[in-house]
Amino acid sequence: MGNLLVNYGEAAAMILFVIGFSNLLLHKNLIKKIIGLNIMDSAIYLFLAEKGYIAGRTVPIVVDGVQSVEAYINPIPAGLVLTGIVVSVSVSALMLSLTIRLYRRYHTLDLDEISTLLKKEGV
Amino acid sequence: MDLVQNFPFFSIMLSMFSGIVSPVLPPAAAKWVNRAAVTVIGALSLVLLLYLLGTGESYVFMMGHFPAPWGNEIRAGVLEAGMALFFCIIMLLSLLGGNHKLLTEVAGEKQSLYYILVNLLLSSLLALVYTNDIFTAYVFVEINTITACGLIMIRETGRTIEAAVRYMIMSLLGSGMLLLGLCILYDLTGHLLMSNMREQVAILAQSGEYHMPLLVTIALISVGLSIKSALFPFHAWLPDAYGYSTVSSAAILSSLVSKGYIFLLIKLIYRVFGFQVFHDSKIVNVLFLFGLMGMIFGSLSAIWENDIRRMIAFSSVAQIGYIFMGIGMGTQAAMTASLFHVMSHAATKSLLFISAAGLTDASGGSKKFADLTGAGYRDVEAGIAFTVGALSMVGLPLFSGFISKLLFAQAAVQNTGKLLPALIVLGISTVLNAIYFMKTVIRIYTPVGDEVRSRPASGGRALYVAALMGFIVLNLLLGVNSQPIVDMIGQGLGMFA
Repeated sequence: MGNLLVNYGEAAAMILFVIGFSNLLLHKNLIKKIIGLNIMDSAIYLFLAEKGYIAGRTVPIVVDGVQSVEAYINPIPAGLVLTGIVVSVSVSALMLSLTIRLYRRYHTLDLDEISTLLKKEGV
Repeated sequence: MDLVQNFPFFSIMLSMFSGIVSPVLPPAAAKWVNRAAVTVIGALSLVLLLYLLGTGESYVFMMGHFPAPWGNEIRAGVLEAGMALFFCIIMLLSLLGGNHKLLTEVAGEKQSLYYILVNLLLSSLLALVYTNDIFTAYVFVEINTITACGLIMIRETGRTIEAAVRYMIMSLLGSGMLLLGLCILYDLTGHLLMSNMREQVAILAQSGEYHMPLLVTIALISVGLSIKSALFPFHAWLPDAYGYSTVSSAAILSSLVSKGYIFLLIKLIYRVFGFQVFHDSKIVNVLFLFGLMGMIFGSLSAIWENDIRRMIAFSSVAQIGYIFMGIGMGTQAAMTASLFHVMSHAATKSLLFISAAGLTDASGGSKKFADLTGAGYRDVEAGIAFTVGALSMVGLPLFSGFISKLLFAQAAVQNTGKLLPALIVLGISTVLNAIYFMKTVIRIYTPVGDEVRSRPASGGRALYVAALMGFIVLNLLLGVNSQPIVDMIGQGLGMFA
């Protein structure tokens, strides 16, 4: 329990991850699914950023000749977050474009309803 | 450093660049660029494979000039080079075999777009096979997902778009879990390169420190990757995606995309967690159970299915179940069997999809069983090819499916705890396979009276038949000449450790 309070950032990230995950899995509405996807991905980035930061240290840019490793944080988690954001932006864009196409055809955002319409269509 | 050692890097870059130039080329040129690229990459992989078999040890290739704990790396061993070669062969044959359908099903100006997707897919598969860095692996997993989604929906109908959306949703759930698992693992070990992570994981496992987070990581990564490769309870998207997309896409998706993830999982098991640590976590039992369930329920769904393409798709669910059963058995022999089945299933399933396309074309484009009666007489080559594929899936000697079943059974005997369930389900699944495949074969060879050979007279016919023959030869090669391949897989797994 104590750990949970100290690592409140990570705990929040995990809760957000579960919220996003279940939104993406369970919602029928495509837009809400995409929102869930973004919450889920952001939660992971929050987790990474939270893990990557050590209180009291600074960005790894040498100023005033301070070269001690103890003074700086590792920049790689931040780099990973950036890479991850690029990936999640592109999958969100792809999902949104697919949603638009489905909406134009079937005039609904409800995935189950679309499936029923497709069954009626036959083919 | 030998020139040959650059080949993995060349392969990835070559496929990526041919993808980049494709959109500005006319469709016919894009097609030839793609075919040339796949052939060249296949040849490079073959040379690399021979070189590695010669030296007998794997090597690490530095990307950029930063040494180990910081830089990005590629690693090549016998298994990696072999898989790359195999992926190229399957991809080339699938594209050749599905070419005539692609021309009719995909609008003219979109055909060059198709080749961007195929090239990028190949580059991401190669990167998944060769990379030694887990975050690079994650990025290429996502590229793989996006291109696979494009392959599904390039033939634009309501069905395919819906299938693409469902595929994306399941896939993204899987990538989310994978990414979270990789992040926690990075947090635990402090490294991104597989070899460095392995050392740290071994230390953690020995001291028992962070036991729970390590288990959670293993679970997240295994489940994430098995969702993406359509293991049984997560397969809802699969029948539509394979059943309605254009036939090359279906062949590539079923035989390459899902296999790329499985290969990555096996690589992570050996190169990051270590076989023993993975085996000691109870997640192997979960994978084993899901695999067994997939073998039965996939086959049952296939029996109830009334659409030949969807039936073949459901059979994929069962076959993925076989592979995960092997991973779940947790012995070296079972892992070899799984890897052999990855190859055997890839060779057989793409053959089935491509030959089913010929059969449905000969039946007025209908995929329903009632209309397929006698299709084997109307399109003789496709009928023969389908029969070969079906016999291989059922597991008749001479064909590749028999060898994988034999290897699975041998591996099961070594693992006493899982012997009984594995053998029983293997038996049931074989019978179920036989029911639906033999039902189809009998159906296509039931005479209807007016056997007019309505073979399409287009020029694409020779190419189609050549692709079918290529698949049949590949199947027989895996079936008859299996021992060297099994030895090679064993050697490759040895290099993993």
